[in-house]
Amino acid sequence: MNIYQQISSNQRLTWVFMIGFMVFFLALGIGFDHFYGSGYKYPIYTLIAFVFALTTSFLSYYSGDKMILFSTHAKLIDLSDPVQNQWQNVVEEMSIAGGIPVPATYIIEDPDPNAFATGRDPAHSSIVVTRGLLKILNREELQGVAAHEMSHIKNFDIRLMLIISVLVGSIVLISDWIARSTFSRRRGRDSEGEGGGGMILLIIWLAAAILAPILSQMLAMMVSRKREYLADASGAELTRNPLALSHALEKIANASAPTESINRGTAHLCIADPQGKSLAEESEHENFWSNLMSTHPPMKKRIVTLENMAYLKSE
Amino acid sequence: MNWILLAVIMILVIWIIASYNTLISQKNQTLNGWKQIDVQLKRRYDLIPNLVESVKGEMKFEQETLTKVIEARNQAISVQGQGVAQIAAQENALSGALRQLFALVENYPQLKANESVTKLMEELTSTENRIGFARQFYNDIATKYNITLQSFPTNTIAGTFGFKNAELFEITNPQEREAPKVSLDLN
Repeated sequence: MNIYQQISSNQRLTWVFMIGFMVFFLALGIGFDHFYGSGYKYPIYTLIAFVFALTTSFLSYYSGDKMILFSTHAKLIDLSDPVQNQWQNVVEEMSIAGGIPVPATYIIEDPDPNAFATGRDPAHSSIVVTRGLLKILNREELQGVAAHEMSHIKNFDIRLMLIISVLVGSIVLISDWIARSTFSRRRGRDSEGEGGGGMILLIIWLAAAILAPILSQMLAMMVSRKREYLADASGAELTRNPLALSHALEKIANASAPTESINRGTAHLCIADPQGKSLAEESEHENFWSNLMSTHPPMKKRIVTLENMAYLKSE
Repeated sequence: MNWILLAVIMILVIWIIASYNTLISQKNQTLNGWKQIDVQLKRRYDLIPNLVESVKGEMKFEQETLTKVIEARNQAISVQGQGVAQIAAQENALSGALRQLFALVENYPQLKANESVTKLMEELTSTENRIGFARQFYNDIATKYNITLQSFPTNTIAGTFGFKNAELFEITNPQEREAPKVSLDLN
């Protein structure tokens, strides 16, 4: 797969997610109208759900990156600090290597090393690092990390991930709310009684509403895992130095305490799993269970892949 | 019969226009890549005198190295606008002289503690990297342009309209990194 196929696949998937999201909300709204009714002539809940889905998609496309930056307490780089100035330089170097505009650079005051990129396209993109990452990596390793993030930007991974994180986030919120409000409402309405057919439909509808967040999160994780390998590989192509990134990943893996300022919703954007999970880090191979619940491929496997690249190069 | 001929001619014309435009757009990308290198080279010419100025007090006994850096810089400026090979040779000489100076600064703890010196050194290190990456990017797009230019049947168009191969930067320094073999196919 080359970069252009990767870009168009990402753009296609972005649309698929947006449409799937709208369909999900429409189904929710129709369900609401059907089971609770509003007493109005129009299917008012369906309309609300539709407008909500439309606005959320629109907002997440245009200002999702700002929401994410805000929720992680990222602030703009301070160039008077030599360490941050060096990082800014490294980012500019890699944007030259990738032939894309220089992204905005942000820092999070968190001692755990991590980094992520966000935005909707290369011209509207940001790279975020934690204080811890700047502290433990040397210049060359920082270059590896910057190249990895630059590849996410170049491939339009950032757009897909942005849409996914905002949409999955709102699905989780909504279905939590439905589950809660349904159970409290139904307790009150139990005496009224309903036909058996209606009951089955209601159960299906509820199950869908409750399963949706789990399924959509799993989908997001699957999409993200695959893109981590790709970004590692094309990042190494930018620096022409796969070992720099593999050393950086090793340091990050060894220091992996949870990154507190990055919540679950943003996890799949990061270079390393902010949960600091040891389960996935230990194994050299992916297995079904560790895969199912992790946003990132096992660190060991990523490191080995990069080392193989360096070995091939020196041959 | 007639309109089959017409269709063939139409397709031919469309193909000529499309190939010509592809060549033009790749040529301009290549020229733009070349300009990006120039931008970084200028940045380096501006930074060097500042660095030399701020270290020369402490480095009284390294006059030779300092003059060599300045001379290499002036040489490099004098070949600006000439062919890729000449520019590359002068720039590599300058990079070598700078590397020597950087190694010497390591022996002067007072300099390494000096904030403005370390800042200048970081800026120069970054500029060196930028030059390297700008060349790498230039070589990548120039190679792409050359491949389009030489492939059959586009080469007939290129020949007719006088498109020329873009010159590449040779990697003269063995330390400079070669591209790793990368496969993006996962499954």
